[in-house]
Amino acid sequence: MKLTLKIWRQKNSQTKGKFEVHKIEATPEMSFLEMLDVLNEEIIEKKGEPFAFEHDCREGICGTCSMVINGQPHGPMALTTTCQLHMRHYKDGDTIVIEPFRANAFPVLKDLVVDRSAFDRIIQAGGFVSVSTGQAPDGNSILIEQDVARDAFDAASCIGCGACVAACPNASAMLFTSAKVSHLSLLPQGQVEGAKRVKKMVAQMDKEGFGNCSNTYACEAECPKGISVENIAKMNREYFSAMVSTSDK
Amino acid sequence: MSWISNFLTSSLGKKLIMSLTGLFLITFLIVHLAGNLQLLIDDGGEAFNTYAHFMTNNGLIKFLSYGLYAFILIHIIQGILIALKNRGARASRYAVTNRKSNSFASRNMALLGLLVFFFLAVHMGDFWYKMKFTNELPMVAYAGIGVEVKDLYTRVNMAFQEWWLVAIYMLGLLALALHLWHGFQSAFHTLGLNHKKYTPFIKAVGKIYSIVIPIGFAIIPLYFFFLKN
Ligand code: HEM
Ligand code: SF4
Ligand code: FES
Repeated sequence: MKLTLKIWRQKNSQTKGKFEVHKIEATPEMSFLEMLDVLNEEIIEKKGEPFAFEHDCREGICGTCSMVINGQPHGPMALTTTCQLHMRHYKDGDTIVIEPFRANAFPVLKDLVVDRSAFDRIIQAGGFVSVSTGQAPDGNSILIEQDVARDAFDAASCIGCGACVAACPNASAMLFTSAKVSHLSLLPQGQVEGAKRVKKMVAQMDKEGFGNCSNTYACEAECPKGISVENIAKMNREYFSAMVSTSDK
Repeated sequence: MSWISNFLTSSLGKKLIMSLTGLFLITFLIVHLAGNLQLLIDDGGEAFNTYAHFMTNNGLIKFLSYGLYAFILIHIIQGILIALKNRGARASRYAVTNRKSNSFASRNMALLGLLVFFFLAVHMGDFWYKMKFTNELPMVAYAGIGVEVKDLYTRVNMAFQEWWLVAIYMLGLLALALHLWHGFQSAFHTLGLNHKKYTPFIKAVGKIYSIVIPIGFAIIPLYFFFLKN
């Protein structure tokens, strides 16, 4: 199939970017990233500069393949990362607009690559879990109810891709932060530092310059892992209760 | 005390303020509508004017009304500040956006709020200001109460003979309906109340509320415009 790509070209975070138009011949069995690989090979053959985009696992688990495709982070398919998106969902003659994730807290490094280290700093702000978790058998010695384990696992399936920030009209990081907060606070090993953790992670999230949540739920709609906004409500609950119950000022 | 300012100026604390003031306004609207529906009683305004007299002179109501003014102001100022900050969080905008991932109302809370605010300014200038701060309104006496009271009923009737004012009311109430269509359930979510068990119920009540209450208010100007003169 013949496609027209409008792809974002940006030298670095200091310069302004713009769209470049490229024509490409793709096959339905290619993944979206393979299609970009082919484009880059063609550009390199003509001694041009290939487009920079991030990818690692290419199997939907690492969360690096960030880009916005026709207005949707990770493209049009629900619960699908860019690397798992296939060209069979497009048809001959389509025009595809490819942009980087846009948020002040995620500055563009080059072309489609953005700096998502703000997420790392939010995780780091959460600090350590002081309970010694030991080896696998030790983990299993603490009995956890099935539905609690399920909710914790659902929250833990967040891959930190940043699509929630990219999709949010306010560039808010609430879905990511709340998934990380819930995943630990649901489990007994994580509850010891629970109150401190939620305070520190929210403070770091605010410091990174993400917008406020206005509960539009675009994050949940675009999240490739189906993280529920119920986690946001849970984090709000925990944050309010931590604020009025902890003794540190 | 620094914890409390840290709390209330954090992103979640600001949202808590929006939610609580919003829920207070939601409660107020029910009371306000219940009182105003007395305008539909065809008694030459006795019931409504007596009620309006009570509302402007009762000590407790006066006290509560200061709370109401404060909450409206906090809600408006905080809402606008949040919306500006949110817009600023994405300096370079997308070339293409997907409008299906969220609702029109949820994306435009500040715009809808501003429309409600302009409506409120017109509305309060017309009735609240004239009632409380001027002697423009004629006085009437009823057998039921000993004193003469301001005839707000006649003023309301006069005002709603103007088609453009009725139109402003309809637009203001439409904006309010949309604001609450998203806002009602959003306020509960902000408070941390979102669970499969009860959220469908909250959402249903919110949708009913955001339709029924604005329609209830809309009936009043329509009644005067079409049926009274
Ligand atoms: C009687 C009038 C009003 C009622 C009943 C009302 C109610 C609400 C409610 C329940 C919310 C949801 C709070 C939350 O998401 O936690 C809300 C949000 C909001 N309101 Fe109002 N509101 C009113 C008037 C206004 C006015 C006049 C403005 C002026 C700009 C305004 C601006 C906003 C904004 C910007 C938000 C979104 C805040 C956010 O999502 O972070 N509202 N309102
Ligand atoms: S919540 Fe979803 S969209 Fe956000 S970072 Fe995690 S996996 Fe990605
Ligand atoms: S490359 Fe790892 S999730 Fe797409």
